[in-house]
Amino acid sequence: MPRKTMVEAIRDGMDVMMERDDNVVIFGEDVGYFGGVFRATQGLQAKYGKSRCFDTPISELGIVGAAIGMAAYGLRPCVEVQFADYMYPAYDQIVSEAARLRYRSNGDFTCPLVVRMPTGGGISGGQTHSQSPEALFTHVSGLKTVVPSNPKDAKGLLIASIEDPDPVIFLEPKRLYNGPFDGHHDRPITPWSKHELGEVPEGHYRVPLGQAVIRREGAALTVLAYGTMVYVAMAAAAETGVDAEIIDLRSLLPLDLEAIVASVRKTGRCVIVHEATLTSGFGAELSALVQENCFFELEAPVRRVTGWDTPYPHAQEWDYFPGPERVGRAFLEVVSGDQ
Amino acid sequence: MNDQPPLSLHVPEPAVRPGGKPDFSSVKIPNAGSVPRPEIDVDPESIRDLAFSIIRVLNRDGEAVGPWAGLLSDEALLEGLRHMMTLRTFDARMLMAQRQGKTSFYMQHMGEEAVSCAFRKALEPGDMNFPTYRQAGLLIAAGYSLVDMMNEIFSNERDPLKGRQMPVLYSSKALGFFTISGNLATQFIQAVGWAMASAIKRDTRIAAGWIGDGATAESDFHAALVFASTYKAPVVLNIVNNQWAISTFQGIARGGSGTFAARGLGFGIPALRVDGNDYLAVYAVARWAIERARRNFGPTLVEYVTYRVGAHSTSDDPAAYRPKTESDAWPLGDPVIRLKNHLIRRGVWSEARHKQAEAEILDGVVTAQKEAEGHGTLHAGGKPSVRDMFEGVYAEMPPHLRRQRQQAGV
Repeated sequence: MPRKTMVEAIRDGMDVMMERDDNVVIFGEDVGYFGGVFRATQGLQAKYGKSRCFDTPISELGIVGAAIGMAAYGLRPCVEVQFADYMYPAYDQIVSEAARLRYRSNGDFTCPLVVRMPTGGGISGGQTHSQSPEALFTHVSGLKTVVPSNPKDAKGLLIASIEDPDPVIFLEPKRLYNGPFDGHHDRPITPWSKHELGEVPEGHYRVPLGQAVIRREGAALTVLAYGTMVYVAMAAAAETGVDAEIIDLRSLLPLDLEAIVASVRKTGRCVIVHEATLTSGFGAELSALVQENCFFELEAPVRRVTGWDTPYPHAQEWDYFPGPERVGRAFLEVVSGDQ
Repeated sequence: MNDQPPLSLHVPEPAVRPGGKPDFSSVKIPNAGSVPRPEIDVDPESIRDLAFSIIRVLNRDGEAVGPWAGLLSDEALLEGLRHMMTLRTFDARMLMAQRQGKTSFYMQHMGEEAVSCAFRKALEPGDMNFPTYRQAGLLIAAGYSLVDMMNEIFSNERDPLKGRQMPVLYSSKALGFFTISGNLATQFIQAVGWAMASAIKRDTRIAAGWIGDGATAESDFHAALVFASTYKAPVVLNIVNNQWAISTFQGIARGGSGTFAARGLGFGIPALRVDGNDYLAVYAVARWAIERARRNFGPTLVEYVTYRVGAHSTSDDPAAYRPKTESDAWPLGDPVIRLKNHLIRRGVWSEARHKQAEAEILDGVVTAQKEAEGHGTLHAGGKPSVRDMFEGVYAEMPPHLRRQRQQAGV
């Protein structure tokens, strides 16, 4: 099976869908002729023509607003917001419009739309190229929010998102584009070509939204993670020797609550890790759900390891980033009961 | 440097406030028939002056004059009059129903009936409007059921939107009426996107975006103009300038620009101003812009110069911010009376027939209202089920909503 980077897998997913469905159109800043600043749409304009893959003015509001009109017409737009940090001008269109068309019109109009956004830090991007705004989407009724962690899932999840009848926010951890980054920024990364999840099946396949997957089975504690943090948690488990069961959520909404509950009931302990800020982050929702569903099985308080509640800094990036050392320390504390 | 006088902030003010004498001397009204009608493939650069004039067809004697006249038959005009009268009667009954507590809120069209009623008649089936809350004439002129409009207003058991939307935020895909947002301006760029989709699919349908003078200040308006300009989208971008954005006079949104239509000039979009109280002029300009879009010449920006005679909504009292008699002083008159006088002048209408039509229309609206009220009003009778509240958030209900519905006991 061919191995691809995550960018290549995402491009492959769009390619497959453009080939299968004339209604799939792709646009955004720099995505047409040039193929995107991360190269995710490279070659698509040449292959499918300018009316199906094109450059837009620098207006995230315009990109998403126009895409909503196209979706209402009957197309399936898959648009790119160049960095998740740039999505705020489009937020009203996403929250008040894309997420609401089906409900407010009682199904008269719908919005099958995917908004792709590179998310997360670790690339010296400072506060405007590093944010993880997933909780701003999971809080909105009518949206689905997806965060893949590897090339194989990214392609399958993207295809499922493009085929979904409702708007999907597709957050791509940009630090994973070239390899499974585990937080050890001072070491060379393993490229996807050397990783089994870099094996991307040819053609059309779906990874259904709402199904988590266990990346590492374990008995000592359950780790809830997504995106880059899956690999940080894996490294932390390896380095501490804690027998962690690591769940890659893949889709935050819909959420695979069954998988979470089954694991926490087994291990009795839970650590939640995400790169986004702590307060009102998605970890707060996960923590509440674990408490509501697993209270009598819990042997220790649920623990969150996240980015600090500051803007994403530039020089202090690795002090902000919840790396394997900080995550590993939390594992040890939760297991030992020394909180 | 310190000998410079200090800076001061300029905050525009309307010419008159309550207690003052209404003054529209700043609204320059060209004579009917005086503005030329360009070919639809005209170079936008050559008609920049149209953004600063007002296209008018009906003169003060009720005659249709000039190059924009002569498009509508007697029958079409009589139908147009009936649509406007129906909308006005509908508004009066629904305002009363709101005062009686049968619904929470209502927004009327008084003075602006010609804009949406005439525009709708220039569209083809399949075209799509992205309206605001004051274009119900688009539905009435398309033959939408008055009972269903009222069912929506009353949020009753037959409400097509299952009680999820505030009154007047209708939706009818079948009649080319996009679901209305309560947020302002968002629909303007969506109209451009819909039109782009039609062009991508090599379709022949066009879109129409709608916005008020106040909401042109939103970024969505500017994004719409950029996208429409860049991709030459087959869209008509309509600005209804009714002079007032709730209590804020149009000068606050317009700023230093001469007119709202002139916003289009920097984008290379042909921009026309039209007498919004002149059914014939609205129709003629709509047809020009719609034909331009359909023949792939791209977008047109149209400013309808009109006046909001009534309150912004049932939650508003305009006496607090403008002279009570201001609407009487509005120089473009009343759209219903102007069309009525024109039809009388044409010899196909009379005061007696008008009175008779008023009675018939009222009768029809009252009958529709009785039927709608039979299905419930906001606080009495049949209402949408609580279960409906959980439906339709997604195509398929996700597990977390299913659990919440169970918790709610429905």
